[in-house]
Amino acid sequence: MAKVSLTIDNQKVVVEEGTTIFQAAKGVGIEIPHLCHREDMLPTSACRLCVVEVDGARNLVASCSYPVSNNMVVRTNTERVIKARRLIIELLLSDHPFDCMTCEKSGACDLERYAYELGVPTTRFQGEKHAYPLDETNPFFVRDYNKCILCGRCVAACNEVQFVEAINFAHRGFNTKVATPYDRSLLDSTCLFCGQCVAACPVGALTEKSRRFQGREWEFRKVSTVCPYCGVGCNIELDIKDNRIVRVNAPANGVVNQGRLCVKGKFGLDFVHSPERLTTPLIRDGERGDGKFKEASWEEALDLVAKRLSELKNRSGADSLAILSSAKCTTEENYLMQKLARAVLGTNNIDHCARLCHASTVTALSAAFGSAAMTNSIAELRDADCIFIIGSNTSENHPIIALEIMEGVRHGKTKLIVADPRKVRMVDYAHLWLRQKPGTDVALINGMLHIIIAENLYDADFVQARTEGFEELREAIAEYPPSIVSQITGIPVDNLYQAARLYAQSPKACILFAMGITQHTTGTDNILALANLAMLTGHLGRESTGVSPLRGQNNVQGACDVGALPDLFPGYESVTDEVSQGKFEQAWGVSLPDTPGLTVVEMIHKAVAGQVKGMYIMGEDPVLSDPNNTLVVRALKNLDFLVVQDIFLNETAKFADVVLPGVSFAEKDGTFTNTERRIQRVNKSIKPIGDSKPDWQIISELASRLGYTMTYNHPAEIMEEIASLTPIYGGVHYDRLNQQGLQWPCRNRDDPGTKYLHKGRFTRGLGKFHATPYREPFELPDEDYPFILTTGRILYHWHGGTLSRHSPGLAEIRPEAEVEINPQDAEMLCCSDGDLVELASRRGEILVKVKVTDKSPQGVAFMTFHFKEAPVNRLTIDALDPVAKIPEFKVCSVKINPATSQE
Amino acid sequence: MVISNDIDLSLLDPVLEKYQFEEGALIPILQETQQVYGYLPEEVLVHLSREVRVPLSQIYAVVTFYSQFYLTPRGRNIIRVCRGTACYVRGGRSVLRTVEGFLGIREGNTTADYKFTLETVACLGACAMGPVVVINGKYFGKMTSTRAKIVLKAI
Repeated sequence: MAKVSLTIDNQKVVVEEGTTIFQAAKGVGIEIPHLCHREDMLPTSACRLCVVEVDGARNLVASCSYPVSNNMVVRTNTERVIKARRLIIELLLSDHPFDCMTCEKSGACDLERYAYELGVPTTRFQGEKHAYPLDETNPFFVRDYNKCILCGRCVAACNEVQFVEAINFAHRGFNTKVATPYDRSLLDSTCLFCGQCVAACPVGALTEKSRRFQGREWEFRKVSTVCPYCGVGCNIELDIKDNRIVRVNAPANGVVNQGRLCVKGKFGLDFVHSPERLTTPLIRDGERGDGKFKEASWEEALDLVAKRLSELKNRSGADSLAILSSAKCTTEENYLMQKLARAVLGTNNIDHCARLCHASTVTALSAAFGSAAMTNSIAELRDADCIFIIGSNTSENHPIIALEIMEGVRHGKTKLIVADPRKVRMVDYAHLWLRQKPGTDVALINGMLHIIIAENLYDADFVQARTEGFEELREAIAEYPPSIVSQITGIPVDNLYQAARLYAQSPKACILFAMGITQHTTGTDNILALANLAMLTGHLGRESTGVSPLRGQNNVQGACDVGALPDLFPGYESVTDEVSQGKFEQAWGVSLPDTPGLTVVEMIHKAVAGQVKGMYIMGEDPVLSDPNNTLVVRALKNLDFLVVQDIFLNETAKFADVVLPGVSFAEKDGTFTNTERRIQRVNKSIKPIGDSKPDWQIISELASRLGYTMTYNHPAEIMEEIASLTPIYGGVHYDRLNQQGLQWPCRNRDDPGTKYLHKGRFTRGLGKFHATPYREPFELPDEDYPFILTTGRILYHWHGGTLSRHSPGLAEIRPEAEVEINPQDAEMLCCSDGDLVELASRRGEILVKVKVTDKSPQGVAFMTFHFKEAPVNRLTIDALDPVAKIPEFKVCSVKINPATSQE
Repeated sequence: MVISNDIDLSLLDPVLEKYQFEEGALIPILQETQQVYGYLPEEVLVHLSREVRVPLSQIYAVVTFYSQFYLTPRGRNIIRVCRGTACYVRGGRSVLRTVEGFLGIREGNTTADYKFTLETVACLGACAMGPVVVINGKYFGKMTSTRAKIVLKAI
């Protein structure tokens, strides 16, 4: 790009053509006052405060939007400029309350700041003033229209940054205000309460409710850390006062989310201060499952746990014990937990919720590519020519990744294909929507492969040079011509052709998938088929391509990486591999079990059978999150000993013998690894609540009591041990984990990390095609159970609700469960919004309110598993994928009947 | 906001078809939509928003910015009384009072039977004829209270 040379305040400046005066000045350290402009938004030149003098120009120009030109002479601070700015401030003050002494924004208010800097104590202009009532209708923030200066930042935040489009300027002249359609409450608009508008507001017109009267801006201590909700791993900054999180911000330079958050990250972290937090160890006092406990000291509780676990081990063997680790805890804690299982207790019976979300990803992508993680990075998405989303409700479950996709779509760069039985929000942004019948994904993908080969659209060079097994694939997919695939999936033949051509012919195309693909008895095949699709078209090993599983939990990637899995050591080394076993035996100084342990659902089955007798569950709530939960409850009741470590007394903890109070993300140090393999620092922000303890300390103390000394002073020491034993984490040290984090593989101190995988070579050498014959879901609708039930999540809640339902705002905005059904089904069942129905499968029944929506296709009911009052996992089936052992949460059969009157 | 259940959204089809490939045609679409329905009913705007892929918040912004758009049903007869300076000094104000009294509504409103909508305008550019009243597009000059009543009674 051409360079332009100009003078700003007598300084010579050389910048690229197209730069604005504002940017050029900023580059040499001259900050120009501004109210409406923000660098993450397009300039609007609305406030005029950024005016400057340009030699030869008749009027002052708005520097935020005025491009530089050669030999331009700019003056930012002349008498004339200052006079103009003072006038603007005076005009703004003419309809602005002078209540700065009680205004929450004081100290961070741009209007206050510029009035001070320009010396404008009051206004000469007296006239009509607005007296709008305070809008306190939503649970998260307050809108005070009287303080609004109509800069338009909130409108741009809503429309350009978050693509929500809930608000805009309405009315005209003096009565102009920022409003939703028909001036209604945000609750009755499309608002998703991300709080981007609040973060953008330069004055006190938008204020978080949580920070009202909690302290002045200058009193807050700021700590950078990572959001604990989903796998995106957004960078956040906590404002702390008196050991309390007062507000959550997203720094504009955050590497993952660049200043953006969703409602959970912005307003949902107040669970940390819930009065229901566990503050002291508890020991069961009464029958198991009564939920009656007495308080205990740490000594008492840990001694009891150590004693009972040792007894069980001595009496029934190490494999009578099983551990559920936690994808909500840090990588260091997961490492210690698997070390506790293997080196201290002597069993490989350790697993965690990854089994329930991406176990099939791990098995399939390991087989096809040799490593199982998101191949590419989040920031690459906006440059893709085509994105194929299958089985991911991205805007609700990975909201910030959805924004990256919308960014490309909105700017005309990306063509989006969405395959989903439900009409999820991403469909609104899609060029092509494939509405497959639930559980027919393999057929759909095989159909696309068939077309791509038939039309010769595949990348023959890539297939030749980098893959094996192509001939077998070609033979296998011959059975999937579009006509047959259309019959199986319900997708019109034309759309199959369009999808196959669009994906294959785009220069850079990527595949995103999540639980809609993984949680099937054909989960492994679903993902093998996707891997086939990417390899066939050569959409791998380059930027903005790849096969990207969107991981669910904040640290499910990290928990897998360090071996909280029954068959794998840290770094995905097999427990049956003698070399690996030798390495870990030497490092840990003990001999290790060499047979793979039990997976999550197998642990439950073995507990029911009495073979697993003791369990240690950290930061998980299988009663709500595992399939067929009647069986889970039976299993827990049948245990000899159960210890639960959590921050709340969740549904599972009610069956515990001992409950140990761990701490939240805010109260400990450590790392989380996000979905794009980025290892990021979690920084301790506040002191532990009550007598609770960081989970890594609890595990260490328990290990020592069990006769294996663990003496870590800080999680940094645990990471050193991980780095020494795990090649993909080999270069990860706390002193290297700055704002950017590190993306694994990162093999040594000089390794900058890896942005995308499989460049030039797959981890396993050649990529391997697998034939994936279509199989039907395990349980299909019949006369007795005519509906398909599919499960998932919503934007406002998180998994079993342990965290999000303890956030007052989130609990208020979505207080109860709903089952979504199609309008035609609702008519047939004679029910409407809010009616109570009984939803029953062969495994149990629940009562739940109906929500009628065309999101659900006919014959399909959708429900979330967030609500213990209507636990949908009482209905789901524990049929497993034969390879990955992941249960089929996404398809089972149910019937729907009006609720009987006794309820 | 009056929401009636018998709004026929299919009446909008010809308008949508006419502008389907045109970017930035929101204002002419809204004008023609208003010609179809007499005003801009909420369900029509919601439908329009989906069809032309313009957020409802933006449509609402445009509709409330321009005085030519109406969110509430208007009367079958539109009466506009000039409040410009020339008309005012010649007695325009008492003409307005008379019309308000006769119709039983204040300016800016519509009678309950939707027979009349009464509006005021800042100037009609016909100052020589003042006071001016425009009824259904027809100009009545040199208006007096008495003449106003006679004209209105005749409708």
